[in-house]
This record gives sequence, C-alpha cells and structure tokens, in this order.
Amino acid sequence: MSDHKTMTLTLIVWRQKNANDPGKFETYSAKNITEHHSFLEMLDCVNEDLILAGKEPIVFDHDCREGICGMCSQVVNGAPHGGQDRTTVCQLHMRKFKDGDTIYIEPWRARAFPIIKDLIVDRTALDTIIQAGGYTSCHTGGVPDGNAILIPKPIAEEATDAAECIGCGACVAGCPNGAAMLFTGAKVSQLALLPQGKAEAVARVKNMTKAMMECGFGNCTNHYECQAACPKGINVKFIARMNREFLKAQFA
Amino acid sequence: MILDGKCPTGPIEKSWDKHRFDLKLVNPANKRKYNIIMVGTGLAGGAAAASLGELGYNVQAFCYQDSPRRAHSIAAQGGINAAKNYPSDGDSILRLMYDTIKGGDFRAREADVWRLSQVSNNIIDQCVAQGVPFARDYAGYLDNRSFGGAQVSRTFYSRGLTGQQLLLGAYSALSRQIKAGTVQMYNRREMLDLVVVDGVARGITVRNMVTGEIESYAADAVCLATGGYVNVFYLSTNAKGCSVTANWKAAKKGAFFANPCYTQIHPTCIPQAGEYQSKLTLMSESLRNDGRIWAPKKKEDVSKLPADISDADRDYFLERKYPSYGNLAPRDISSRSAKEACDAGLGVGPGGRGVYLDFADSIKRLSEDTIRERYGNLFEMYEKITDENAYKRPMRIYPAPHYAMGGLWVDYNLMSNIPGLFVLGEANFSVHGANRLGASALMQGLSDGYFVIPYTIGGYLVTVKPGAVTTDHPEFKKSVVDVKATNNKYLSINGKKTVSEFHRELGKVMWNNVGMARSKESLNEAIKVIPQIRDEFWNNVKVTGSGTELNQQLENAGRVADFLEFGELLARDALHREESCGGHFRVEHQLPDGEAMRDDVNFSYVGAWEYKGNDKEPELHKEPLKFETIHLAVRSYK
Repeated sequence: MSDHKTMTLTLIVWRQKNANDPGKFETYSAKNITEHHSFLEMLDCVNEDLILAGKEPIVFDHDCREGICGMCSQVVNGAPHGGQDRTTVCQLHMRKFKDGDTIYIEPWRARAFPIIKDLIVDRTALDTIIQAGGYTSCHTGGVPDGNAILIPKPIAEEATDAAECIGCGACVAGCPNGAAMLFTGAKVSQLALLPQGKAEAVARVKNMTKAMMECGFGNCTNHYECQAACPKGINVKFIARMNREFLKAQFA
Repeated sequence: MILDGKCPTGPIEKSWDKHRFDLKLVNPANKRKYNIIMVGTGLAGGAAAASLGELGYNVQAFCYQDSPRRAHSIAAQGGINAAKNYPSDGDSILRLMYDTIKGGDFRAREADVWRLSQVSNNIIDQCVAQGVPFARDYAGYLDNRSFGGAQVSRTFYSRGLTGQQLLLGAYSALSRQIKAGTVQMYNRREMLDLVVVDGVARGITVRNMVTGEIESYAADAVCLATGGYVNVFYLSTNAKGCSVTANWKAAKKGAFFANPCYTQIHPTCIPQAGEYQSKLTLMSESLRNDGRIWAPKKKEDVSKLPADISDADRDYFLERKYPSYGNLAPRDISSRSAKEACDAGLGVGPGGRGVYLDFADSIKRLSEDTIRERYGNLFEMYEKITDENAYKRPMRIYPAPHYAMGGLWVDYNLMSNIPGLFVLGEANFSVHGANRLGASALMQGLSDGYFVIPYTIGGYLVTVKPGAVTTDHPEFKKSVVDVKATNNKYLSINGKKTVSEFHRELGKVMWNNVGMARSKESLNEAIKVIPQIRDEFWNNVKVTGSGTELNQQLENAGRVADFLEFGELLARDALHREESCGGHFRVEHQLPDGEAMRDDVNFSYVGAWEYKGNDKEPELHKEPLKFETIHLAVRSYK
C-alpha cells in the first residue's frame, strides 16, 4: 500500500429494530479507515468490530457496489448518497472525508418508503408505479426488425438520458415533498420519446401518475432537490415533459 | 454414467426449428392450470417469468433483492451480440456460432450454440420493441461495436449501460405481467432448499429476508435463474449477494454440477487497493476497442509516471503476441498475458497488480469528446474509485473473477437431470464452453428466458398432471425443518470469527490455488485446506441476532457455508481436468509458447459431478462432446 495514513471518524447512525420501533441515533467510532475505503467498506469495518463485540451490526441495503443496481440508500450528512455529484453511496470514497469528521447516517425518509430496519426501507412503491404502465405492451416474439423503425440519434440519446435512472429513490428522499416525479417522469419520458412507446403514451402517463399519488408520494413544487440528489444526474426537464404528456393526455 | 444432452440430430441449420416442431404443446386453456416457480429475476429469470406469464402459465417469481430491477445482470456494461450482420462485414448465424464455439475452446455443445446464435437476432428486435434505447447512428439505424474474440462488429450497446437497459426491458415486461396477475412476485426471498418428491422437482423452501419466516412453495416445474458463483473467490466483479446457494442446494438434492472449474477471469478490472476491499469493479471490455494495453518493458520503470515512459520502453503485449486480434484477444488470453507481465515484475500500481489501458492514441485520433461519448460513464466510475483522470493518464487494470461458465448440467431443453428442474442463464453450463466471449452473457440470458424456456418447458409440462403435489407433502415439511435447523446452527455456534473473515480466507485459497494458473500441487493444497476452513467455520463462526428478523449476517453465513463446500468441488474438477482449455489453465499443460494445450482425445467431454454427501468424494459423469459442424482445431488468435 502506497500510503498508510488512516482516519478515525465518529458515526451517528439511525438504528431502528423494525417498522414498529421508534428508532434512535447511536454513536460509533470508525477506526483505521484509509482514503481508499469506499463508504460501505468503512461501514463493513465498523460492523466487523460490532459483531466481534457481540453487538448487532448496522444493516443497510447494498448489492452491486458499483453504482448501478440502485440498492444502496443512505442519507449521509443530510444528503441522499452523501451529496457527491452523480455518485451512489457505494461509490462514495472516504477520501472525501477528513480524520476526526463526524458523519450522520440515516435511511431514506419518505411517507411512501416505510423503514424496515436501521437504514433499510421498503421501496416497493416504485415497483408499483412501473407496474401501472412503465412498459410497452409488446409480446415476446412477433415484433418487427430492430431497424424497421428508425430512431434519430438525438432522440435515442435523450431517451437514454432518461433511461439511466437506477430506481434508488434518492430523488424521493431528497424532495421536501417526498415526491417521485423525477423517477416517474424519467420512465414516462423515455417511452414517450421513442416511437415504440407512443401508442400507449396517453394511458401510461395517466396510470403512472395515478399510481404515484396512490402510493403516498408527494407532488413537485420545483425545488430541484431530486436532480441534485440523483446519482445519475437525471434532469428535471423530464418532470416538465411528464407534465406536458399529462396535460396532452387530458385532451386525448 | 454417460449423460445424454438429448440434442436434435440432422443438419444443424434446421435443428432448433425441427425441435420446436417436435415439442408437444400445452393447450392454451390448460396453461393456467400449471404453476411454475422462477428463482432469480435477472435477464434470464425476468425474461422467462414475463414470457411464461404472458403465455398463460401461473408464475411465482423470487428474488433476494428488494426489486427484480436490481439483479446483477444490470451491471453488464459493454453490449450484446447478435448475428444481424447490419454492417455487412461478413457476419452470419454460423459465424457467431463458430466464434462462440472457438472462443469457448471447443468445450460447448454445438446444438445449443447454434440455437443461441439463431435467436440472437430475435433478442435485438424484442428489446427494441420494449423501448430499450440502443445506440443509433445519425440516420437512425442501430449502431454496432466490436468485442473480443470476433473480427466482425456485431455488438449492440447502449452507452456503457447495456446490461441495465436490457434488464430494465425485461423488468418492464415482468412488471406488466405482475400487474396482469399472471406472475406473483416475491421480493427479499432467498431460496434455501429444493424440494424433490419421488425424484421430481416439486418446489422450493425460501427464507423471507424481512420477517425471517421459512416458507414453502410448490409448483409443477422449478426454474433456477440464479446466476454464477465466482464470489467463491471472495473478491470478484459480482454483486455482494451473488452466491452458489440455490444451485448448490439443488446439487445436494441430486442435480449434477457441470464444469465448475470453468471460471472466467476478466482482464479489465480496477486493481485491488487494500485488504478491506469488498469487491472489484469491472471496466467494460468495450474499452479495448479504443484502449491499448501495455506494461513497462523494464522493471525500473514500473514506479515511473506512465507519461515518463517512452513508447520504445512500453510493451504492448497483446498487439505483439496476437497481431490479428491485438487488444481484442479473448478474455482468458488477455488475462493470462497481464498476469504474466505482473508475475515478471512489470506490474504497475499498488502491489504491482496492474497493467495500463491507454487511450492517448485514440484521443489523439478521435478527440476526447468522442471517447467521452463512447465511454464517459466508465471513465467517471474509474475516477470515483481511483481518483485518477483516465483522459489524462492511462487506466490501471488487473484481471478479476467475473463469470462462471460452469453451472448445473442441463439437456438441450434446459432441464437438469432432475425432472422438473430447469436451469437458465449463467446458472447453467450450456453454451460458453471453457471461456465466454464478451457480450455473450446478456445474449444467453435473454435467449434462455425469452426464446428457449417458453418452448421447452411445455414439452415437459404436458407429461405431468398439474398440481399433483402440494406443500402439505411430508417432503416440504421436512425441508422446512432442515432449513430451520441449519439456520439455528449458525446462530448457536457463537465463535470468534465473522462470516466475512471466513469468506476472505476461502477467497485467498481459491485465488492463489484455483485462480488463473492451476497446478496439481496448488489444487491438492486447496483440496486439503478448504475442508479445514470449513471445519473451523462450523465451530468458530459468530453470527449475531436471531433468525426471526432481518439478519444479514445469517444470510451471509448460509452463502459462505455453501461456498466452503462448493469451492472444494471446483478444485476437484480443476484437478481432474488434466488439460488447459479456455479459462481453465493448468501449468502442466501448455505449449512451448505458453498457450493453453487442450487434450481432445481424453477431455472432450462435459464433466458433471454428482454430490455424494459431505466429506465424500463426488462422482463424475461424462457427456461426450461431438463436433460435426465446427471442426476441432487449436485455438489461435495470432
């Protein structure tokens, strides 16, 4: 290892045994952390110490640890994913912190995301929104050749910008209203931009926004916190596009 | 026992069409009477659950994540192959088949690979129809890039996010079926047992990872689409939750495990930075389209800044050794070459574990903007992890365990030797032989899920009476009791080492002895040491908390316990296979220039292992491989 500098940090972590427990903050010390540790590897180290001391480790959702699966979900020092531009908390590295720092770690907080345990929340509401219409109703097989319908590059690129959403829910956690407009807007826009999605665009935007409201998500009041929190940098223009699609749908 | 893959006979070009016609069909009105269990909802499982649900079957789908959208298929970056031949550069179904068989070092079944190549074109059409935003050119046509082991451009892609986009396509199709009620989705469930009644797969036992409840589900067929097992090396490019558990539980109930020693070590991963590291991150192979791989020629240069090493002092070793494929040589060859350079003391970065992947020439030729457009997200990811700007200085890369070509043995219908148990995607062994080519994993997952299992499962279901066995059967009760007992055991040991410590220990043994270069000594060493670690695990592991709540340590204990059994099987398979082929490299079997030396006379077969009980030697069964369309040849990429 090229450098042996280590850090000691104070962690103030939300602990909550289950959905019914009121929960509270607990303080821990993270020792021997290097700048190359990822944030989750830092927590792994803390957990190893807790286990060996016979204490319950901190549970948190994580899986790919490369910023694409959308499973990790922690509010670090008040910012979803820790506030580094376009970075999931699993990709956040300890070089962004200093020796002696105090770090607050909390779960996503939103009405639609009940806490399951510690830093783990239930995000099935996001699945419910997709199930309401986040697809094209094509059958397996019986579809035209991939090149039968041309899609201009700028359209394909813009659809991809929207499609980059990893469904982590940081936009909801960052929003003062707990809204899922960026999440929903991204899927509505991706499919509304592409010729394959246009046939069902009217029903889709109506059904998805309805599901969004029914799941207990709030509404957009243009704070743009969602875009700031989004680890993929999804642009709020997709909320505007969804609103246009929604308005159009009222007259369709 | 000699295994029969039940491959169709006759001309290969007609084999799949003929087989589909020969398969018996389930009457549309009868489909809803059948229940199908799908474990895993990545590309293979998600696509299969969606397609089977749409056909009218009742599907119960399970995943350990909080949503099917998170399966690790999502992390595949580079692309998906298809024999569309849109660029008119000489591609065809036969050529894709040839490249795949050759890339796999002649250790895969011809009929399966033909089928994969044939349906590859349907996959692209399907994904486009779902709204997958593939890269397009300015005229609006689908764009292609090149990948390792091919001399044509047949890889379709969506930035560096192809796996994500394809998975979200399958997830959207699955979501549509969940809404329609044909698929019942169970999130945060981990399969901990396969229930076999009178020799037939009838259901599964799972742990509800939120409540801790042990639940049973019965069905007329069980499909495992549970991915690969390279987390047996501890550090790999897989997600943390990826395990061999579902497959290993099935193996312990009698399913044969085929070719476990065929593991892929991917050449372009970000090198390990320290001991605490929890996983390795892949940099897509597509980077090798525009990046040149090199190591310093002189040992005294390894600690210099790369910019201070003159071109004459750089060894572009892939271009030197494999002039016709160059930086796009297959993964096994590229990984071994990088390891050779590092073993010779020419590695760069921490611990000398790294070679350079350099974009300077491409940036000069094409501009930084073009490179950013092609790989921007990969460069960003590299910078987040290493704090280095790869537009300004070359990336450091090192090989890492990435993919399992081995898996549960299946016949041409994707059914294992246990009737009613089907295995899809990376979890089976079928098409990649001893080495998988880039952009072929996504192709296989979606092929199995959208276009193979929906046909072949019907051929089995017509032979069984729907709903014949329910969870009231004593085998289900016994399964629940067994699973609970095992979980209680983990919790009661109360030893002095964490689950992760054991996993890291196993990983080191696997990497050092069963990694990129294997020898009789190293493998025997592994076979000796792994049972010792296993014994210690069962006496000294510490798992806190209880079984009746969300308990990640308990989940992980089960996975590591299975790796500790499976790792030994992997080493045994590698020991028995006295040849080098693809990802399996035995130092005793190499040509004078260091290339892998296959032994087609003695080892041209699939090695499928039957579990015989703990601490008993498994029994080997063979399925001979026949090559009638593609002639056996020494694999050369020079």
